[in-house]
This record gives sequence, structure tokens and C-alpha cells, in this order.
Amino acid sequence: MTAEQIIQQILFFISAALTLGSAVMVVATRKLIQAALWLIVSLFGVAVLYALLDASFLVVVQVVVYIGAIAILFIFAVMLTQRDQRDKGPQLNKSWVLAALVGLATFGGLTFLVSSWTGFGAAAAPIPAGTVDMVADLGTALVSVDQYVLPFEVASVLLLAALIGAIYVAYNRK
Amino acid sequence: MIDLALVLEWVIKSLVVIFMLLGGFAYLTWFERRILARMQTRVGPNRAGWQGLLQPVADAVKLVFKEELIPARADKVIFVLAPILTVVPATVLAVVIPFGTQVILFGRQVNLAVADINVGILFLMAVASVAVYGIVLAGWSSNNKFALMGGMRSTAQMISYELALGLSFVLVALMADSLQLSEIVEAQRTMWFVVLQPVGAIVFLIVTLAEVNRAPFDMPEAEQELAAGFHSEYSGMKFALFFMAEYQKMIVISIIAVTLFFGGYLGPFIGRFPWLGPVYVLGKVVALLFGMVWIRATLPRIRYDRLMDLGWKVLLPLVLGLVLITATGILLADEFGNSLVWSIPVVSILAGFLTVGLVDRSLRRKFNALR
Repeated sequence: MTAEQIIQQILFFISAALTLGSAVMVVATRKLIQAALWLIVSLFGVAVLYALLDASFLVVVQVVVYIGAIAILFIFAVMLTQRDQRDKGPQLNKSWVLAALVGLATFGGLTFLVSSWTGFGAAAAPIPAGTVDMVADLGTALVSVDQYVLPFEVASVLLLAALIGAIYVAYNRK
Repeated sequence: MIDLALVLEWVIKSLVVIFMLLGGFAYLTWFERRILARMQTRVGPNRAGWQGLLQPVADAVKLVFKEELIPARADKVIFVLAPILTVVPATVLAVVIPFGTQVILFGRQVNLAVADINVGILFLMAVASVAVYGIVLAGWSSNNKFALMGGMRSTAQMISYELALGLSFVLVALMADSLQLSEIVEAQRTMWFVVLQPVGAIVFLIVTLAEVNRAPFDMPEAEQELAAGFHSEYSGMKFALFFMAEYQKMIVISIIAVTLFFGGYLGPFIGRFPWLGPVYVLGKVVALLFGMVWIRATLPRIRYDRLMDLGWKVLLPLVLGLVLITATGILLADEFGNSLVWSIPVVSILAGFLTVGLVDRSLRRKFNALR
């Protein structure tokens, strides 16, 4: 293992721990606004994971869409509600044992499936520098007919419908 | 293998950018106060040092020794975190910007950019969207209704204008055929994008004024209505950090405008003397900053509902139209010869005039209805 790979491993473990730890804090903290802030840390950890995978486009899209748009809406909503949002009730309900079992089973199943894949545990082949323009490839893949043009257009029509719906609901007919 | 010299190069370049922004911030306050004073037939700070050049130092010392107050019922962690969250994005924005081509320094080829990543424009969008947090959280954690209102206003304003900002980035990306900032600058070798995208450049400059909360869009800190807005409760160095973030953002956003529309580091003899690159950037940035100060001295603050109307009903449709015009123009130029690229500025100027005419008509109608 080269020094670069070791550093990548360390970074991976730090960002994975950050993502999972702050995800736990999102549900464990009793203050609503702190939950929202921990969620941002968790989303940021995911962005770091994308960066480790050399997916630069996904990194910035993750930050723009999730941290810059969705989480800011959460914070906006929290700020507009009442001042003291401490949650005083119990944090677990009766079915937590069942939920934990289902979670563990899913994790175990996924681990088993991935470990039976031939590429499991192999180091990722480095992307040859300067030979592929990944952003351009992604762009052409999204609009070429034999690749992802249909899902792309369906998603955009869905968003347009949501936009029109929001305007219709909010529009005040005088 | 990780090259130690390369790491050292990164560290030094990052430090240079950080200190450049710090010094820029200090002297931008002096520049602004002197220019504003000239425009209002005053003198401005001229006591500390020659022409008042030591005034920023005196201000810094004063702010360091001021008492720091944390309101009793404030959310302390977030209250302390907010100024930091405001400054960091303002600094991080500068890392993707190329200040020149390559120079030979101590026998090494050195790129005059800290990290010239392939999604540079999108990185700018991402960091700009993170910059909202500091202001929102400052307003919320102060436990003060004026601060909260200032925070809310600025969030709404920045989110609204981010749309038009992103779309004006799209204009440049379409013209340059790349998201990488160095390639965008290189695409302007023959002609600056401001010539091909005059309306796009104007929209970009208006939107950036709103993004950095500068006059005439400084509603979040309207003294008369909000008692300084989101930073009402901040004092001492914490207040200085907000102040610093605002001026650093002014500088960085001017550098971005220069890079995207005004040819970046390009200028005469740049091929022979690569060291001229940072000098050209500095000259163009100072010109833009002078424009910002000039606007502050000239225009009154715009009313809040008008501000939102301008963002959503005027600038967003206009810049969407510009994207369509630019895409069509590029397609036409590809199909029927390069001279058709001039259809972009012609049609976009027509679209700009149409927009101004429509706004004028709507304002006239409102005015006549009042009479």
C-alpha cells in the first residue's frame, strides 16, 4: 500500500465516522436546531466520501442541493416556529428492539452481498489523469438517447409539476 | 507518491491567498471610507499615518481590546460558531480562482491558483450557498427579534438571488464550454465575455451586490429598521469577523466577476511576462470595487418587497431568457459560421431593453394608480 492509499484510508475512516456519528446525533439531540446542524455535518461527510471517490461533480452538487438548499429550508422552518423546541418526551418507543433487529439484518445482508462480489477489498484503480473529462461525459450521458435522457426528462417534468403546484397553492386570487 | 514540495507549495499558496484577503479587507475599509468621503465632500480618515493609511491598524487594535458580550439567553455554541461560519466561506471562495498562468519560482513550475479544479464554477456556487448559514445562525442565536428579522431577510434574499447567480454562471459555462475557471479565462483570449454577454455581466454584477448584502441591497443590516440586523448583539472581534467576511466577500466576488466576464489575468504582454497576471487582476478588481463604493454613495436602499420582486420577477426571467439566447446563438454559430456568435449580444441587449421597458411600464402604472 502506498502512502497515498494509506492517507485515503484514514480520510475515509474519519469521514465515515463523522457521517455516522453526526447522523446518530441528529436523532439523539433534544434541540431541534442542533439536530438540523448535525444533519448538515452528516451531509458534509457524504460530500467528503464523494470527493474520495474522485466524483467532483457529485461533491459540489451534494453541497449545493443538500447543504445549500434543503438544510437551509429546515433551518428556516425551525426558526419560524417557537423559540424553545426542546423535545421532552422519551426518545425511544416500544418497537425499538424490532427496528434495531431489522436494521442489523439489512446491514448484515448488504455486507454479505457486497463481500460475495469479486471486486470486494480490491484497491480502486486510479482514473488516468487528463484522459477523460468526467463532467462532460456526465453531461452527454444525461442527454443522449441511448443513456439517461428519459429519467432526466421525467425528473425535470416532475420538478416543473411541483413548481406549478406550489405556485397554485400559494397564489392569492384577488 | 505525495510530493513534500508539492504540499509545501499548497500551504504557501493558501497562506498567500489568506493574507492577501486579510490585507485587502483592511485596506478596502480605508479605500471605501476615503472614496465615500470624497463623494460626500468630506475628508475621511486622514489622521493615522500618511493619508490615514494606518487607520485599519488602529481599528483592528480597538476591536481586539473591546469587551465581548454574549447575551444571557443566547444559544452560546451557535452564537460563537456563526461568525466563523461566515468568514470561512468568504475565504474558501478564493482558492479556485486563477491569478495567472504559470511562473518559474525557485526552479519549480508554479500554477498561480491554489486549486484549479474541473468544477470550479460549481464550487463557487456550493460555497456561496454555504455562506448563508453564518448570517442565519447569527440572527437566530442572538435571541433578539431584530437580529432574527435581519437573519431571515438575508436568508430569503440570498436564496432568491442565488438562482439568478447560478444561471449567470451557466451563461459563462456555455460560452467557455467548461466549468474550470482557468479554461474560462483562456476562452477569453480573443475577446472578453463582457463583449459577448453585456446583459449577463450587468445581471451578474447586480446579483453579486445582493449576495454580499451591499448597498442598495443591504436590507439585512438596515440600521434604521433593524438596529444593524443580524449582528446587533455582536461586539469586539466577533463583530469584526462579520465585518471582515463582508469585505472579503466584496473582494472575492469582484475577483470572480473579473475572472468570468473581464478576462481574468489576461492583458497586454501576459504571454511574455506571466507575473503581470496578478497585477492585471488587481487593477480590474480595484476598478470593480470602486464601482461598488460609487453605487453605495449614489443609490438609496431598495424597499424589501421591491428587492424580492426584482430578484424573482425581473432578474430570474431575464437571465433564463439569456441562457436560451446564448444556447441558440452558440448552436447557430456552430451550424452556419462563426460570425453568427454576434447574435448573442444583439439579441440579449434587445432582451435587456425589453425588460427595462416592462419594469418601467409597471412602475408607471403603479404610480398613476396612486395619483
